[in-house]
Amino acid sequence: MATIVVFAETRDGKLRKAALETTTAARRLADHHGGTVTALLVGPPGVESEAETLGRYGADRILVAAHEDLATYLPDAVTRLLGEAAAGAQVVLVPGTAVGKDLGPRLAARLGVDYISEALALELADDALRLQRPRFAGKVLEWLRLPLAPAIVALRANAVLPQEAPRAAQVEPLAVVLDERDRRVRVREVRRAASTRPDVSEAPIVVAGGRGLQSPENFRLLEELAEAFGNAAVGASRAVVDAGWRPHSDQVGQTGKTVSPQLYIAVGISGAIQHLAGMRTARTIVAINKDPDAPIFKVADYGVVGDLFEILPRLTEEVRRTRAQSA
Amino acid sequence: MTIVVCLKRVPDTEARVRPTPDGRGVDLGGAKHVINPYDEYALEAALRLKEARGEGEVVVVSLGPTEAAETLRTALAMGADRAVLLRTDAPVEGLAAARALAEQVRALNPDLVLTGLKAVDDDLQAVGSMLAALLDWPGATAVAEFALEDGRVIAHREAEGAVEIVEVPRPCVLTITKGPFEPRYPSLKGIMAAKKKPLDEVPLVPPASAVERERFEAPPERQGGRILGHGPEAVVELVRVLREEVKIL
Repeated sequence: MATIVVFAETRDGKLRKAALETTTAARRLADHHGGTVTALLVGPPGVESEAETLGRYGADRILVAAHEDLATYLPDAVTRLLGEAAAGAQVVLVPGTAVGKDLGPRLAARLGVDYISEALALELADDALRLQRPRFAGKVLEWLRLPLAPAIVALRANAVLPQEAPRAAQVEPLAVVLDERDRRVRVREVRRAASTRPDVSEAPIVVAGGRGLQSPENFRLLEELAEAFGNAAVGASRAVVDAGWRPHSDQVGQTGKTVSPQLYIAVGISGAIQHLAGMRTARTIVAINKDPDAPIFKVADYGVVGDLFEILPRLTEEVRRTRAQSA
Repeated sequence: MTIVVCLKRVPDTEARVRPTPDGRGVDLGGAKHVINPYDEYALEAALRLKEARGEGEVVVVSLGPTEAAETLRTALAMGADRAVLLRTDAPVEGLAAARALAEQVRALNPDLVLTGLKAVDDDLQAVGSMLAALLDWPGATAVAEFALEDGRVIAHREAEGAVEIVEVPRPCVLTITKGPFEPRYPSLKGIMAAKKKPLDEVPLVPPASAVERERFEAPPERQGGRILGHGPEAVVELVRVLREEVKIL
């Protein structure tokens, strides 16, 4: 019997999608090998109302750490709490988010065990966790075995889609007492992006633009397309980030984010090797480019050749109309 | 003030990388090697901090093969004051790398440790957080900008769709992502000066790792797909495909 512990990350007291992805991955490991899933739910008072959702996605046991200082991420406190929750566990899964990737290696170092990030596939064997992950942003893949000491792993965001698998979960509130060390790194202020759109690493749909857009103002065309899809993020190639047209947080590629959305639409992006590495695990790739020989067409499932300034407004209109009809 | 910057020698991001036929290694196709781009941002931030204060020492530390001395020499040419190479030909990553670096950091006893958010070869994104934990120092990751304030660092930490302004008491460890400043190129004067700056090589007995690699493999080939058409007339077909084949609309 394996015990799999997941870190159920929240933001503003609500579970993040990556927390459900992590819970689903843990449930599958537990089902294939006979085991239980314990989720550590951390957030401000009131976060316990999210426990039901974790049970619905497959957690057997939910430890609730609610404290007003845990409304934002306190790395030292959360590392300690997760370490306590993970005592005796064989596997610890953290989400592939900024917080998850800060936390996983901290816990590993504290426990003196290894840590692996960006897991695309996981498999529990008797004495090890086997996992597949990219290197060089996905130019190659590797299969690794980690001892269950425990094995601490961050999943690639979007690599596993959340799936309901309801359990009659046992919910246990923890008595959280934070000391000075727990609070030594604290968040003074959170500045939210003005846009309500998801991050490129998390969005199910990414519409990304490159130098073909010709100016930063023209990214408005991509913003409108993203708006039409409703749940899309706007990504960017390195060339346009280096030119200062878009923030680095939108950059897709080896020196930006590696993404695995359901749909990636590359617009005016020729397809430099370091960009292709960052998006080639997308489920479906669409390329729109005026150059029929652009390397992006070699990885795209569907291509449209032509002037993006003619194609984009039309596509936005058609997407909007199709969604209105099916709504 | 002493600032330590940990940097790694990595293949250039334009490199084509393939698994070797036996799956045991990777073929870098003769790629040139560079300072890991994120570590370059960390170095630039350290140099700017030193320049703004008008005092201090920037020590660059790398763990890697003999050739990593060239990478450190580049960092010295950019303006770092001295360098330490923890030399090993064996690939050392993750916890083993963090432990070796932590030991070196303890010996240097700096006020601040900077390193890149992640290395673009192993994509692990672990060493900075591990360093903080092993030293039991405060730390913050994915920092795009920071400033000193009394005994603390005020860091702008990037999370998905948000920037968190965090207070981190010193000494501390920050991992740096791309911020407002582009890394400088070494000047001719810098290159000349770097030849005389101290670069200590310390042989490292490669520590054992509990992570076992079964094999490398190539990512699934993506079939070059279908060109649906030319110009705006193809949009109707594209939307039909997204609705009926991709089922995303």
